[in-house]
Formats: sequence, C-alpha cells, structure tokens
Amino acid sequence: MLKILKYSFYDLIRSRWSYVYFAFYLLLGFVLLFLNNDVSKAVITLMNVIIILVPLMGTMFGIMYFYNSKEFTELLLAQPLKRTSIFIGQYLGVATSLSLSLILGLGIPFLVYGIFKSEAILDFSLLLVTGGFLTFIFTAISFYIGLSNENRIKGFGYAILFWLFMAVIYDGLFLISLILFEEYPLDTFSLIASMANPIDLSRILILLKLDISALMGYTGAVFQKFFGTSWGLIVSLGVLFLWVLIPVLLIRRKALKKDF
Amino acid sequence: MIEIKNIHKSFGKNEVLKGVDLVIPEGNAIAVLGPNGSGKTTLIKSILGMVLPNQGEIFLNTKNIKKGWEYRKQIDYLPQIANFPNNLKVSELIKMIKDIRGGEIANESKYIDLFSLHPFLNKKLGNLSGGTKQKVNLVLAFMFNSPIIILDEPTSGLDPVSLLVLKDIILEQKVKGKTLLISSHIMSFVEAVCDKVMFIWEGKIYFNGTIADLKKETNEDDFEHAIAHLLKNAHA
Repeated sequence: MLKILKYSFYDLIRSRWSYVYFAFYLLLGFVLLFLNNDVSKAVITLMNVIIILVPLMGTMFGIMYFYNSKEFTELLLAQPLKRTSIFIGQYLGVATSLSLSLILGLGIPFLVYGIFKSEAILDFSLLLVTGGFLTFIFTAISFYIGLSNENRIKGFGYAILFWLFMAVIYDGLFLISLILFEEYPLDTFSLIASMANPIDLSRILILLKLDISALMGYTGAVFQKFFGTSWGLIVSLGVLFLWVLIPVLLIRRKALKKDF
Repeated sequence: MIEIKNIHKSFGKNEVLKGVDLVIPEGNAIAVLGPNGSGKTTLIKSILGMVLPNQGEIFLNTKNIKKGWEYRKQIDYLPQIANFPNNLKVSELIKMIKDIRGGEIANESKYIDLFSLHPFLNKKLGNLSGGTKQKVNLVLAFMFNSPIIILDEPTSGLDPVSLLVLKDIILEQKVKGKTLLISSHIMSFVEAVCDKVMFIWEGKIYFNGTIADLKKETNEDDFEHAIAHLLKNAHA
C-alpha cells in the first residue's frame, strides 16, 4: 500500500494543479495577513474560504484522479497486489498531497508573518487540522462515489451534488427546521445536527475557539459549554475521524466486490 | 496449469459467460478467439481476479485463486487498452512496476532495444502516441520471467516492424516452455504463433483444439476460412 501511496503522491505533486492549488493558498495567506494586520481576523476570513473550498477541491481532485487513473488502476490490479491496498493507497496519495498544498500554502505566509509570536497559533493550527480532516473526508467520499459509478458524468454529478448538499443545502434545511420547531428545546438537536455535517462541525469548532460564541445567543452558550471544553474538542475530532473512517471502510467493501 | 470449472458471469442482465470449462496445460500457446462481446476479455480477467465470477472456480496449479493475490506473481498480463499516468516518464513507469513487483528480476533493457524505445525513455507517457504506448505496454508485460503470459489484443496499434518483433518474442517465450494465452482478431498472427485455438461463442466454448483439428473439422484448408465456417455454423 505504501508503494501505491508513494507513486500516487509523486504523480500528483508533479501535476500543475497541485501547484495552482498551493499558489492559491499562498497568495490568499499573504493577502489576508497584509490587508488585515490582525491574525485573528485573518483566521476567520480564512475559515470562511477553507470551509467551502477545501471540500470542493477534495471532491473534485478525488473524483478526477479516480476516473483519470482508471486504466492504470487496471494495470495495478493485474499485479500481485491486494485490491484494498491499491485503492486505499491511491486515496491516501491524493488526500495527502492536497493537505500538503493547504498546509504549506497557508503555513508559509503565517510563518513569515510570525505566527509563533502571536497568540493565534492554536486557532491557526486548529484551522489547518480541520482543513486536513475535510480534505481526507471529501476525497474519501468522492473515491467511493467514483467506485460506485462507472459513468463519469454521473459520478461527477453525484460528487458535486454531495458537496453542494453539505456546504449549502444542509444549512438551509437546518435553519428551516430551527424556525419550524422554535417552540421546542433544540439544544440537543442542533448539537447532533451540526455533528452530522463535517463542514458545520469544523466551522463551529473554529468559531468557538475564537471566542465569538457570545454572538450566537443562547445556543451559542450551549455550544460553548460543549465544544469549548477539551472534552468537546476531543469528541468533535473523534467525529471528524469517524467521517474519514466510514467512507474508507465503504471504499474497502466496494473495492472487494467490484469487477474491473 | 490453469483449470477453469463452470464459470458463470453476468453484468446486470447481460450474461457473458455461461458455464466455461477449460484446462490450459503448461507450455501451450492458446489463442482465445470469438466475435466482439463474446466474453474473451471477461474470461481473461476472471483468471486475473479482476472480474469476480458469479459461479464456478478457477485453479492455478491446483490452488483456488479466489481472494488470493500472490498467485499473480506467476502471471504477466498485457491489458487491452494501454493508458498510464500522464505525469510519469517511461523509465519511471518501468522502475515503478519493477518496484511494485518487489524486486523480481526484470529484463527490460532487452525489450526496450527490441522495440527501439530508447528515444522515449525520458518522455512523459501523456505525450506518447498510441502505438508507442502499446510498445511500453508490451515491455511491461514481457520484462518479467513469469511462467504464464496473458496477452489481450497484443497487436493493436503496432506497425508492421513491431508486429514482427512481437511474433519473434512470442515464439521465443514458447521455446522457453511458457504458457501463453492470447486474444486477437488478426488470424494470420494467431496462426503464426499459437498451437491451439479456443473459440468462445455466446458465453460458452464452442471449439477447443489444434489449428489442424479445426481445419479438418470444418473441411477448410485456410485458417481464416475455417474460423468463418465455425462462425457460420454457430449462427445456424
């Protein structure tokens, strides 16, 4: 599996798109820092970008890489390799190189700016950690969608729809249900509902670390009580980890049953 | 020796293999023939474990291949479509496959010479023509010294010179006593390199025997006509 990971990783870090992705974050990091001159504000703006863009890039790169390497995968399948190690290896290669673009692209400007002297170091590393998780989650899901759909157009469609649902539609439904059921106690519901979407979970995790939960009223206080503690942080990271693990297990199951 | 017992495979409603029984003894060169969509590639891929049969078993040297992967060390395979990661160079791809096969002894330089691939070694695979990619594909298939060689449409995209080279390589492998399984639509090529032919028709083996047997059975002197005769009979 490590060999496949290595080659997928090399293949990707040499492609132009990885550099474009890297350069984009580099530029974003520098521009935000020098326009804002305030690390905390830069982190919030970055969060808003990352929370939408990272899942989209993970989805797109994942599904594109999967379909583009289809014939090559067939070549690998005829080699003395385990099926699962081929697919898990490729997945880890894609997700790792994307995460690297993100972490280096944002890390360099912040290092230059002197993040280690700033108090925002924890918020900033949390931002990178959740960004990494989101990359691994959405790449895994797009790989699973790719494995389940022979038809590329359908696969692309489902992958984009999934991203759109998680990034946009989910929040809409969430808000509507909060308004519809406003007469009932909704603390537990909203806690669970935000756990069930990795994008929302990451957003809340970062927002609460930035101590602006006061803006969110009563629910904010409930959230602060849960997510603000180290127990809440551990549970949230655990849930994010589950969001990686479940699609990976699904990839494994699908890969063992599929014909090529 | 490869033993195939009552293999059934369907894709959705499309039944491709309907009970194939076959024994491929060691040291034979067998051609897999049949019209488009008759199940040649499905049969080949079942042996490689890429297609999982609905029913039936396949044994390689009396060992069931189901869920195994190490048995593929004994097989060299040439896929029908040659397509590789576009960012890799030819030399890197060869190195990579060698690495993946875990340091098996490979004889790639001989085949690079034979197919005159030296000028392309440092080019990226994405910039190669279809025929050149097929040559790279052939180098990858022949460079290991496995006892079983499976070639799916090896002639596609090759120029006449390379076709001659390919024929020589296959004949050389036969002398070494290897088992070859070749699917092709070029009858003259099949006649030149194979001892036996196996004709698949509608998911079953319709004919299995030597080329001489086939000619005798169909009363035709010419191999191409014999195959055509077989096809006509199959339709009747």
